[in-house]
Amino acid sequence: MNRLLQWLFGRLPIGWLQLTHKRGRFFAALSGVAFANVLVFVQLGIMNSMATATLRPYTFFNADIMISAADANALAEGGNVARQWMLQAFADPDVIAGTGLFIANAPLNRGDTDISLTTFGVDPGQPGFIAPQIAGDIGLLQVQDVAILDRLARGISKDEAAAIRPQTPLSFETQTRTLTALTTFAGGGGFGGDGYMFVSDQTFLSLFTSRSSSAPDHILLRLRPGADVAAVVDRLRGLISDTTLRIRSYGDAAQEDLRHQQTKRPTGIIFGFGVLIGVLVGLVIVYQVLSADVADHLREYATFKAMGYGPGFFLGIVVEEALVLGILGFLPGLAVGTAILTLMGKATSLPLAMTTGMAVTVFLGTVLFSVLSGVIATRRLAAADPADLF
Amino acid sequence: MDNAMIVEARGMNHWFGTGEARKQVLFDINLSLPRGSFTVLMGPSGSGKTTVLTLLGCLRGVQDGSVRLMGHELLGAGDAELAALRQRLGFIFQSHNLHESLTAMQNVIMGVQVRPGVTDDLARRAAAQALGLLGLSDRLDYLPANLSGGQKQRVAVARALVGNPAMVFADEPTAALDKDSAADVVDLLKRLGAARGTTTLLVTHDNRILDRADRILTLEDGRIVTSMDDT
Ligand SMILES: Nc1ncnc2c1ncn2[C@@H]1O[C@H](COP(=O)(O)OP(=O)(O)O)[C@@H](O)[C@H]1O
Ligand SMILES: [Mg+2]
Repeated sequence: MNRLLQWLFGRLPIGWLQLTHKRGRFFAALSGVAFANVLVFVQLGIMNSMATATLRPYTFFNADIMISAADANALAEGGNVARQWMLQAFADPDVIAGTGLFIANAPLNRGDTDISLTTFGVDPGQPGFIAPQIAGDIGLLQVQDVAILDRLARGISKDEAAAIRPQTPLSFETQTRTLTALTTFAGGGGFGGDGYMFVSDQTFLSLFTSRSSSAPDHILLRLRPGADVAAVVDRLRGLISDTTLRIRSYGDAAQEDLRHQQTKRPTGIIFGFGVLIGVLVGLVIVYQVLSADVADHLREYATFKAMGYGPGFFLGIVVEEALVLGILGFLPGLAVGTAILTLMGKATSLPLAMTTGMAVTVFLGTVLFSVLSGVIATRRLAAADPADLF
Repeated sequence: MDNAMIVEARGMNHWFGTGEARKQVLFDINLSLPRGSFTVLMGPSGSGKTTVLTLLGCLRGVQDGSVRLMGHELLGAGDAELAALRQRLGFIFQSHNLHESLTAMQNVIMGVQVRPGVTDDLARRAAAQALGLLGLSDRLDYLPANLSGGQKQRVAVARALVGNPAMVFADEPTAALDKDSAADVVDLLKRLGAARGTTTLLVTHDNRILDRADRILTLEDGRIVTSMDDT
């Protein structure tokens, strides 16, 4: 380490020698940095998983434009949309197909736990609106009270889910009706529900008797290949008489949903704050350590000043210390952060995991903020006056 | 200017404090130190010895008069210029002021590394050699905490001399040492300085050191009162 740093800096690695001279303090500082890193990793992991979970249901469908009620900030939120607006949309020559999408939460009793599945009511005659990995099975929903279950949902065991096939279906009760799952698809639990389920629109309406076939939650449209989605969205806004409706490209709808979760929902804001606090904790710890270290060595620094060393040299020492703390603190932080996210992911079946992007971002952030604290800490160096040494 | 003189001070005055508290501590100092000389600066406590040393050693800005060091006028010189000049000087303080986390060898390396263009290898060899001359060859990798007071001060002498400075400033370097170590340190300082042609200005109270001086300057209340030349 000594030789490496000596070679890197082209001088004695004084910062490293100084830090490691007081082992107890050095390890305390490293744990502090590691702790701040873990804090940031966990919060970022949760934020990432919120993004994954929010965007996931959008991947189940295949549409170009989505029409929703004014207050539909998320897929399963807000009022419904009258089917008649879909008919108006067909007046546009680029719109080639449309379908209503029904969404509601169905409570499910699974022995000792109750779970809640976000249930999609879709038209089984229009597999084109369903993502390819599910579309092949959508025809099964033609039969009343048949469901396609989320095999990754919480409360459904792996073995149980693996056994579900048309020959060996799984029957279960929800909303006082008995449904039969003939097959499964890969969804996964999120923050708003424990998983997903597909049924036909007819089955949906018999489960949720207050809902009407003329008012689905969203209307999905598909356009002629090559059509300009943004232009069609603009035209539809003029064409459809109800001007309060949200008419958006399907991609925009997903992104707006995510932004809403991250910036308007308390959970999103809290996790964002968590990241900020982690950064501040790290900043304060590194600043404390470095400025205490500078204060402890004022006499030595004054001696170096007397010998003719300039400001760049002292900045170099403190930056060297900041880099050592940042890099060596990051590694255990990464290890512990990965472990915690993995355990949390297992316990919650949320998509929680360490990603390369997170690791790189946090590493660069740690180094940047450490160096920043170091630079602030060097202000104390002005107090090292070599004339006072005599 | 006489080229035989490494330092020439003419009419140097110095004040501390500002406003009401402003107090003159040096009055019309005139002195010249020949290259290679070993000069002892004496005087009672508070007479201004340290102030003279810090001014000639580029550790303080000259306020009034003229000081020429190695051909550079110090009156009006900027921080960077003074720092650059200091790289060619050596300092020995009352306390050794070694860096606690650096070994004897590393502390001495710091004395050479400040010069531009000194390679790692050269710095190591020079440091080992300087410590050898001070009888510390077997203590190269010791931290200051594991050295005796006399040994620490000898490391400090090695650190001051290792870069072959044109001039060495020492302010009561033996004050914290016992009699034998004190004599040792001064003898080494004198002998090594003479061998390298280094000029030395040494502030001391210690009468035992006087007989080793080429020249003795005495300061009283900020004025030079006697200037004795051995030669
Ligand atoms: N930094 C300072 N600020 C104000 N007064 C000082 C300062 N340093 C020294 N003095 C005063 O200057 C005078 C000379 O001090 P100094 O040069 O340290 O004397 P000596 O080294 O001979 O004991 C003393 O009266 C001292 O109180
Ligand atoms: Mg003094």
